[in-house]
Amino acid sequence: MIIEVKALKKHYRVHKRAPGLAAALKSLFHREHTTVKAVDGISFSIGAGERVGFLGPNGAGKTTTLKVLSGLLYPSEGEVRVDGHTPQKREVEFLKKIMLVMGQKQQLLWDLPPAETFDLNRAIYEVPRDQYQKRLTELTELLSVGDIIHKPTRQLSLGERMKCELMAALVHGPKVLFLDEPTIGLDVSMQVAMRDFIRRYNAEVGATLILTSHYMDDVAALCPRVIVIDKGSLSFDGQLDDLRTQVRPVKRVAFRLSAPVAADALAALGKVISSEPGEAVIEVGSDDVKDVVGRALANLPVKDLTVENPPLEEVMSELFERSRAARTPEAA
Amino acid sequence: MRIGVSEAVAYRAEMIVWVLATTMPFIMLALWSAVATVAPIVSNSGRTYAGSTFTAYFLAVFIVRQLVASWASWEINYEVRQGTLAMRLLRPIHPVISYAAGNLAALPMRSLVTLPVVAIIFLAGVAGSFPTDLRIWALWGLSMLGGWLITFFANVAIGSLSLYMESSIKVMDLWLAGFFVFSGYLYPLDMFPPVVRAIADWLPFRYQIGVPVELMTGAHGIDAALQLLLRQWAWAAGLGVFAVLLWNNGVKRFQAFGG
Repeated sequence: MIIEVKALKKHYRVHKRAPGLAAALKSLFHREHTTVKAVDGISFSIGAGERVGFLGPNGAGKTTTLKVLSGLLYPSEGEVRVDGHTPQKREVEFLKKIMLVMGQKQQLLWDLPPAETFDLNRAIYEVPRDQYQKRLTELTELLSVGDIIHKPTRQLSLGERMKCELMAALVHGPKVLFLDEPTIGLDVSMQVAMRDFIRRYNAEVGATLILTSHYMDDVAALCPRVIVIDKGSLSFDGQLDDLRTQVRPVKRVAFRLSAPVAADALAALGKVISSEPGEAVIEVGSDDVKDVVGRALANLPVKDLTVENPPLEEVMSELFERSRAARTPEAA
Repeated sequence: MRIGVSEAVAYRAEMIVWVLATTMPFIMLALWSAVATVAPIVSNSGRTYAGSTFTAYFLAVFIVRQLVASWASWEINYEVRQGTLAMRLLRPIHPVISYAAGNLAALPMRSLVTLPVVAIIFLAGVAGSFPTDLRIWALWGLSMLGGWLITFFANVAIGSLSLYMESSIKVMDLWLAGFFVFSGYLYPLDMFPPVVRAIADWLPFRYQIGVPVELMTGAHGIDAALQLLLRQWAWAAGLGVFAVLLWNNGVKRFQAFGG
């Protein structure tokens, strides 16, 4: 296993103060603190070359975990090993093997062209010049960045900057890549390009990849395995398909119809998700698909039909709802 | 270093503004020269400050100030508050070394600014106020490095405090207040009453600016210079250890908020 996490906890002590002048003055003499349990005892391990999606709502502890894994944060408790290293020691050999790409933070030098940041990283990571040139050429072609690496970073669009961020992160060919919202703010075509690139990098270099993203399309496209974390606790670790089956063991059958169909006729087949003239979508149990499709073909004016999984967003939403519901009695 | 130099010259207009912002020694020169026109000032140590002495002194202050400057404290504060320190921590190089490299990279540009002042020294006919003994100049070189190290480590130490408190900019303001009073930046420390002068000798500020300037203007012989250098380097070493300890412990508290 390249990554091993055992009973990891990261708790923050945070100053708490009510709004207003009186509270501000009071806080001069007496400060109230509260402990935020960002990560509260999670364990998992990841094999070399795996692509794992790290999912959870805002404040779940995903980014905190990535920061612990990349050595930015010291764990409050627990044990973390990445390729045999203890991340928080930030040994040079460890830092040369990993990279954390944060969609909301940049390592590119703002006033200089990205090419200068690449060159800086080449020197810092001691990448031989010929190897650097080769990799830079490959990355430039893969990401179709062309000449933009010679324009000052501040003059680049968000999409161009993100491509260059990825290039800067990969100049030294990291074995372990932590991607925190790498497609945030990008348009759809740019998101697709980034996903393609990340998948190719994983395939060509054999790098281990952990991704957090609020875009479920990123996860569905890149990560066969997902780890779900909510309120600092791990609520699922397994294959994406298993998550779907476990949380929402249903399928969606979408019909194209040649004539209007009564609502009752659709409801008799399953839960109606949408119904418009000429098309309808129903949800049925995974085990009932064959039967429902047979009945629909026999009784409805079906021109065409498709069977799909429910959207991952809905699966996640349901999972989080359940986690919350499970916690509520304890809280009471 | 090369990248740092590129960054330093990225904004040409900003550079001109920055040069204008470093002209305090010239203002002090005008002020003290005006005072000296009434009558030369004799300091407590018996040194006479006439117009030309002040000219040599403040031109030296300008050069020294340019070359021993550091702004790591502001950088650290900004990066801790914004969370961008994370990107620096990810690199396989100790952040204190990367701050040092960034600050030193501005030296070529700063040296360029001092060149016209060196020309003025010769044109103003005050070159005679500077020592001719090469050994003193060698010690001056060491004192410049010592002065820079004190300034840099003080910046790192104070910047590191932002890892313990919400911001340490006010602590830096406090340091700067001490610097302006006790460094010799605004006036030769010779002019202090003996008691205050003695205090200044035990504080680090004199060793940032005052000692290199005093060596540059021939205020000390070899023996005195060596003694001053010893004290200066003791401060540099002490502050260095203190700064690195503060940093290494502080970084464990880094919370990297904000994404």
